[in-house]
Amino acid sequence: MTAEMRKVYLDNNATTRTREEVIAAMAPYFGGIYGNASSIHQFGRPARTAVDEARNRVASLLGAASPEEIIFTSGGTESDNFAIKGVVNALRSKGNHIITSAIEHPAVLNTCKFLAKEGCLVTFVGVDEYGVIKLDELKKAITDKTILITVMHANNEIGTIEPVEEIGKIAEEKGVYFHTDAVQSAGKLPLDLKNMNISLLSISGHKLYGPKGVGALYIKKGTKITPQMLGGHHEMGKRAGTENVPGIVGLGKACELAGKELNAESKKLTELRDYLYKGITSKIEDVRLNGHPQNRLPNTLNVGFKYLEGEGIILNLDMEGVGASTGSACTSGSLEPSHVLSAMSVDAADIQGSVRFSIGRDNTKEDINYVVGVLPPIIKRLRDMSPLYEKGK
Amino acid sequence: MEGQYTEKVMEHFRNPRNVGEIPDASGIGNVGNPVCGDIMRLYIKVDENEIITDAKFKTFGCGAAIATSSMVTELVKGKTIEEALKVSNHAVAEALGGLPKIKMHCSVLAEQALRRAIDDYLAKKKAKIA
Ligand SMILES: Cc1ncc(COP(=O)(O)O)c(C=O)c1O
Ligand code: FES
Repeated sequence: MTAEMRKVYLDNNATTRTREEVIAAMAPYFGGIYGNASSIHQFGRPARTAVDEARNRVASLLGAASPEEIIFTSGGTESDNFAIKGVVNALRSKGNHIITSAIEHPAVLNTCKFLAKEGCLVTFVGVDEYGVIKLDELKKAITDKTILITVMHANNEIGTIEPVEEIGKIAEEKGVYFHTDAVQSAGKLPLDLKNMNISLLSISGHKLYGPKGVGALYIKKGTKITPQMLGGHHEMGKRAGTENVPGIVGLGKACELAGKELNAESKKLTELRDYLYKGITSKIEDVRLNGHPQNRLPNTLNVGFKYLEGEGIILNLDMEGVGASTGSACTSGSLEPSHVLSAMSVDAADIQGSVRFSIGRDNTKEDINYVVGVLPPIIKRLRDMSPLYEKGK
Repeated sequence: MEGQYTEKVMEHFRNPRNVGEIPDASGIGNVGNPVCGDIMRLYIKVDENEIITDAKFKTFGCGAAIATSSMVTELVKGKTIEEALKVSNHAVAEALGGLPKIKMHCSVLAEQALRRAIDDYLAKKKAKIA
């Protein structure tokens, strides 16, 4: 490999590169401003100010009615756990039924499975061939014991956007809380929570060019939720633990920038995404698009290459300097076929050859041209090796 | 998991040996992996002294499946049928400098494909004699 080999990162749904502006904003809080945000003296005060400022910025990106609805956490996983377990604990006397979708991220899926073992009833609502939740099934699943609906805003593997406004309306009508995992959509899709029937919403810093290990849970005013992290009185008594000040500042900065750039960025990403798909389909046969053709995250392209297994494609792309993934980062390392594609009734053999390209703000048209250049010989070489692929068709 | 492959595995994945088919094969082994749904097809050519003179494969599977296919064909070439029957999945994995734990079953696929190819050869031979 030559030293100057091009590197193209197309795995932005796994994580993103922390922006320079974000790193610069965080830097003072590692050193100079080290006080505890709970301390009332001069060392703590600037830390408190910074945390409050970050809360305003997160609230503003999400369109929350008040910054007090934002609780900082250690990331998307904690926010999901907190939302679901917190509501289950708080509403125990009302009921024990949770409704979710079959395509949630493991942070939601495994939390629901855990609660099912602990005595909750969980309904996993199916999705159509594009990965869109079946609303009629969801409606029918609601009983007087239902306390929470948790359905993600946009899926991490395929990018399909779920009808959260409709779900919110249904939840509102039935008097049920609605949580949505917006880890992949925050900063990519506009949100205006003060005008949406969403009770709880999770975000994560590292998916929107902020730092890893920090996130937030939006909790609509009046929502009953039991804290899951017990200790001091931090975060308005909802989440104990000395605040991760640099991380929170980074998340705030990332949200501020994402909000400002959302429209332009979304347009650029959509163009690159569609340009990539066009490039792939113009050069390679037997390719299928996984996910909704239109209602999809602007940056996410999941394609299935027939007759192939995804890992071989990923390894070959890696040798060419291209970072992509099969399914989600969390499932590489597992042998299970993607639960998302399975739920969409994609043919088992077709699931195997699925690759996710997730574009980011650093990517250029040249990057896409490069990928479209290196991909066809990789696919050909692997197909020539595949017993499922009969040549000369 | 990708990152955990040894240099040797990656080398065989990058330049797999003996990819293809043997049109007049003495035995063919076709196996599917129940764990992951992957498929391997192994061809062997055996001479009158029961020596495997050639081996080729086609594989639909992960990086480890391709590397173990490549390695097993290399290992059995020049061996007698009796010797080839002793080639275990552990031997294949070892020859590759080891495999990540969750990828050990991929080497089982290689061992089974080889067994099937040999069984196929032995069955054909028996049929010819009978
Ligand atoms: C949809 C979704 N939810 C939750 C998470 C978990 O977030 P975090 O990595 O911050 O814990 C991720 C990313 O891994 C995700 O894609
Ligand atoms: S994961 Fe299927 S053969 Fe390796």
